[in-house]
Amino acid sequence: MIFARLYGPKGWLAVLAGAIVVFAVFPVLNLVVPPESAFHVSAFGVGLGGKFMCYMIVAVAMDLVWGYAGILSLGHGLFFALGGYAMGMYLMRQIGADGQYRVNMPDFMVFLDWKEFPWTWWNSDSFLWCMFLVVAVPGLLAYVFGYFAFRSRVKGVYFSIITQALTFAAMLLFFRNATGFGGNNGFTDFKRILDIPITTPQTRMALFAITGAVLIATLLLGRYLVTSKFGRVLAAIRDAEARVMFCGYDTVHYKLFIWTLSAVLCGIAGALYVPQVGIINPSEMSPANSIEIAIWTAVGGRGTLIGPIVGAGLVNGAKTIFTVALPEYWLYVLGLIFILVTLFLPHGVVGLVQRWAKRT
Amino acid sequence: MGEKDVMLSEPPAAVEGRLPDPDHRPWPWWPPAPARKEMASGAGNIDSTQLDVRHGVVLYLDDISVSFDGFKALNKLSLSIDAGELRCVIGPNGAGKTTMMDVITGKTRPDAGKAFFGTTIDLTKLTEPQIAHAGIGRKFQKPTIFEHHTAFENLELSMKADKRVRKTLFAKLSPEERDRIATTLAQIRLDDSADRPAGLLSHGQKQWLEIGMLLMQEPKLLLLDEPVAGMSDEETERTAELFLTLAGTHSLVVVEHDMSFIARIARKVTVLHEGSVLAEGTLDTVQNDPRVIEVYLGR
Repeated sequence: MIFARLYGPKGWLAVLAGAIVVFAVFPVLNLVVPPESAFHVSAFGVGLGGKFMCYMIVAVAMDLVWGYAGILSLGHGLFFALGGYAMGMYLMRQIGADGQYRVNMPDFMVFLDWKEFPWTWWNSDSFLWCMFLVVAVPGLLAYVFGYFAFRSRVKGVYFSIITQALTFAAMLLFFRNATGFGGNNGFTDFKRILDIPITTPQTRMALFAITGAVLIATLLLGRYLVTSKFGRVLAAIRDAEARVMFCGYDTVHYKLFIWTLSAVLCGIAGALYVPQVGIINPSEMSPANSIEIAIWTAVGGRGTLIGPIVGAGLVNGAKTIFTVALPEYWLYVLGLIFILVTLFLPHGVVGLVQRWAKRT
Repeated sequence: MGEKDVMLSEPPAAVEGRLPDPDHRPWPWWPPAPARKEMASGAGNIDSTQLDVRHGVVLYLDDISVSFDGFKALNKLSLSIDAGELRCVIGPNGAGKTTMMDVITGKTRPDAGKAFFGTTIDLTKLTEPQIAHAGIGRKFQKPTIFEHHTAFENLELSMKADKRVRKTLFAKLSPEERDRIATTLAQIRLDDSADRPAGLLSHGQKQWLEIGMLLMQEPKLLLLDEPVAGMSDEETERTAELFLTLAGTHSLVVVEHDMSFIARIARKVTVLHEGSVLAEGTLDTVQNDPRVIEVYLGR
């Protein structure tokens, strides 16, 4: 049975517990429990939870390429942002004539005195088309980039640097007004999604639940991949790529598959992130964001799938607290976390827990 | 992408035990099945059944030259290995033994010269995985195994199979395949360590595991770079036995420094020096060759 192969009884219990929290506990505490109650989860709490789950999807996607295939990407924020922009285009069109200028066109285009939509916005009022773009744009970019990089056998730190340059170049491109995606302001002030008001508690809860479902699906898909023969080939590529080639595997195709899949997952996470956070701008493509993704994965534990989920939660939890309490020190703390984890926790938090579990 | 769909051009399944006719055409206008070679080359899965050794030669190197930044690693090297032969290659450090293996397995492209596997397969035009599928297996100088995988998984991954992504995504081990892995594990005496991570094996066991991985690939030609380095005397002896049983059905090229091991298995020995063949013949002949003595003992 495929289910038995993915997880043991304990693992499935954990997945079930996660599903109950997402689909039952949060909705009840948010929608049913009255705001006066101590157990009430505020709209802010739901938004924060949804945001964190988007990050967790990205962390799992990162683990698939870094933890299993040994490809460290420092540009995964780009794929996340591209998915977000594709969703953002649709949300901008959904504003309709309710913007500042009361015209059926995004405000920034009116401000720039544009008379018609650029070609990139073709069909962007169609939800299905934009959902297609959410998957296709990051996927195609990753495929083309990966094809040339892997075929030329660009590896290790060189590959990481190129991905970093790629996201930086994209950020500069998106900062320009002429690119047609709102320049440095990006997209914001969303009003509706699928003609439903976007800020109602019900819509927010629906987005939250969909994000939770995608996170669980991503985890299970990842688990299927890494427990299959495909996953064993990936890990073998990470450990001894030359040997894998001499065994008769064309490693380019393997790396390309997991790389593209990872980018697509990031795109989907970005698309779920934008309506919940309410803004997308080029700063999502900044190199620092992409590096943070790698830190979540390292903190949680590479090559474990569940670890990066924990890591994304922990680091972003700490970030939420610190940026409120001591905003100017957050980057120092982040750097410190990264150094400590690299030095003392090579297998991350999950590795530490596993070691404790073995000892007792 | 080089991954042409081979499945499409495969003949329909057999009906009631009858063998399918590979040239079967349902209608007169139906395009004839593409030639076998064409089908395979694009897929990266060149079938080793294509190997043509009718002339008795399994590997033919002619005037191969490779230079790195002006240093001539191989200098007009010519060598031919007969089908079923066990050939030992010796030579001082830097003689070009490893570079020769790199050329044969597609890791290094020669600057000049020809390299043929059988009479039809041009090795200089194929990638590493394609050469592996064509039937050449290689053991590295330093044992190269998948340290985080168990011994069983190491053999599973190297087993001859369709190694394209969409097949491995849904691959399941059949009982026959499990048996094959178990047989090989017994052959390399790792049946007790089947589920141990390969990184925990001893050096000699790792060497054996790598040899086992080679056997799982069912190659026609095995290239073995220092296969007994780090093995105990007993392990070395058993390796010699294994190679002697493989010779005949397989062709082997063994690079080794251990002269007692060479003496145990050698039939024909090739001495490489500065990228070309210095001497060739039985071990006695080459050992008494004055040029060989000079190279080994210095001037």
